[in-house]
Amino acid sequence: MKNRRERLIKYLFAALAFSSLAFLAGIVLVLFLEGLPVFRTVSPWAFLTGRNWYPTASPPEFGALPLVLGSLWVTAGALLICVPLGVGSALYLHELAGPRRRAVLKPVLEILASVPSIVYGFFGMVVLAPFLQNAFALPIGLCSLTASVILGVMASPTVASIAEDALGYVPRSFREASFAVGADRWQTLTRVIMPAAGSGISTAVILGMSRAIGETMTVLMVAGGSAMIPRSFFDPVRPMTAAIAAEMGEAPVGSSHYHALFAVALLLFLITFLFNIAAELVSRRYRLRLGLSR
Amino acid sequence: MTAAGAAGAVLPVRALGRPKRRSLAQKLGFAVLGACMAANILFLGAILFFIASRGLGAISWAFLTQVPRDSMTAGGVAPAIAGTLYLTLGAVLFALPLGVACAVYLTEYSPKGWSSALLRVGVNNLAGVPSVVFGLFGLTVFVKYFGFGVSIVSGSLTLGILALPVIISASQEALTAVPQSVREASLALGATQWGTIRRVVLPAALPGILTGVILSVGRVAGETAPILFTAAAFYVRGFPHSPMSEVMALPYHIYALMTEGTHPEMQTRIAYGCSLLLLALVLSVSLIAILIRQRQRKVYHA
Repeated sequence: MKNRRERLIKYLFAALAFSSLAFLAGIVLVLFLEGLPVFRTVSPWAFLTGRNWYPTASPPEFGALPLVLGSLWVTAGALLICVPLGVGSALYLHELAGPRRRAVLKPVLEILASVPSIVYGFFGMVVLAPFLQNAFALPIGLCSLTASVILGVMASPTVASIAEDALGYVPRSFREASFAVGADRWQTLTRVIMPAAGSGISTAVILGMSRAIGETMTVLMVAGGSAMIPRSFFDPVRPMTAAIAAEMGEAPVGSSHYHALFAVALLLFLITFLFNIAAELVSRRYRLRLGLSR
Repeated sequence: MTAAGAAGAVLPVRALGRPKRRSLAQKLGFAVLGACMAANILFLGAILFFIASRGLGAISWAFLTQVPRDSMTAGGVAPAIAGTLYLTLGAVLFALPLGVACAVYLTEYSPKGWSSALLRVGVNNLAGVPSVVFGLFGLTVFVKYFGFGVSIVSGSLTLGILALPVIISASQEALTAVPQSVREASLALGATQWGTIRRVVLPAALPGILTGVILSVGRVAGETAPILFTAAAFYVRGFPHSPMSEVMALPYHIYALMTEGTHPEMQTRIAYGCSLLLLALVLSVSLIAILIRQRQRKVYHA
């Protein structure tokens, strides 16, 4: 009797737990169901490699290449900023800052991580874009450079916090052995600790990239919005997320434009999914190599 | 010179933490690392400074309590504040029971095995889904399939799914921090597993779970992309009167003020005010969570 009740409760919890997995499955299902119909209008190959995104022209053209390249372009730019800033901060926190300074600086990074993306976008629009436009004498301030800077800053706390965890996993004995053979702190850091934490740091960078490529409001506001294949960091771009957010409101439900936007979302989802799986695999290998469980 | 002295001169025995000689490379390298950290602080400072200095002028009692007037160029943003509160409350009410249940299942009922491995991967991936994709899911499922329309309910449910991974991982951390001996003591006294979870483990983990809830509030209140197609409207007359009505929300209001309408200068001023409000709300909420968590970790490690 008692046992039966206990087992029922366990199943209830299992059901609730798996419902959160059901949402992930639901998201995948929705993207496939609503995205695949676009291939009645345009072939998958033309969708992936088409250079023209004119969804409202007649006849419409659904070449997603400019959007995909736009996303990759701003993300690449963001990496140039969030890798040094994030990894550098993690190394600083882990190696140089004393306990008192850490107690102040870690919350600063956490606060930076919790600034809403719309506020980043707004800041980019009213402060950073005019500033960069003046500094580089650009025709327009809203371009992929501005988007990359903002995305890089947004992703850097994510990178920093995961990289710092990775540094924490390096056994103390590695450091002691290095000092014992006469290495100074910098040599120990660059030749022992960083290689040992290398794949942990790569995980951090992959997750930072995943965050940057999925970011919506900031790129919608500051990337400039033109669906061209970018040739320089000063070109305006229309990343995938921005296209979805900007066009979904106007696309008639069930039209090929509507399905095309879901197909773009499916592509975006697959890219971030790959990033997340890669991060998972890399970090698992890392833990095994350092002899850590899990 | 004694043998011990000679050994000390060759090997930095004295200085496991801090060798005496510092190379140029080390000085330069450490300076660069410090600069990376400083750049982050500088950015946070710049954001806070610009938004606070230009936003403060826009904020007044009327701004907080009145409805917008004169096609969004005057009056207050009270309906947007109310909308954000409703959406956030709804999202947390939906995500809290589900998230805690999932964490309890993972830590208490099935800490190992394929089902929890699958769940962990699933939750990790849910946390990595881009926010605009949640919006599309909400549009298809809640707005259209369930017929809730563009409404507080649709928006709250969509935001709730986004909050789930935050609540799950914070609750999991809180539950694993409860020492195993406490569970064993309860079981040894003859309590059932559910009795142990309900009376012993959950109360002990409550502060940690609360931290997760507060963190998720901060996250949800600032999200814009998920409510773009599921809940938000630029202008709604008066305050929302039912869960099925469209709402104004602070984050969406900022976006709309910057991209729609006909009076850019006056709208930018209001957008500054809204940004400051949202920033103050989200940052104070996260700061509370961070402080609680720091204190708990100290207690736990002591």
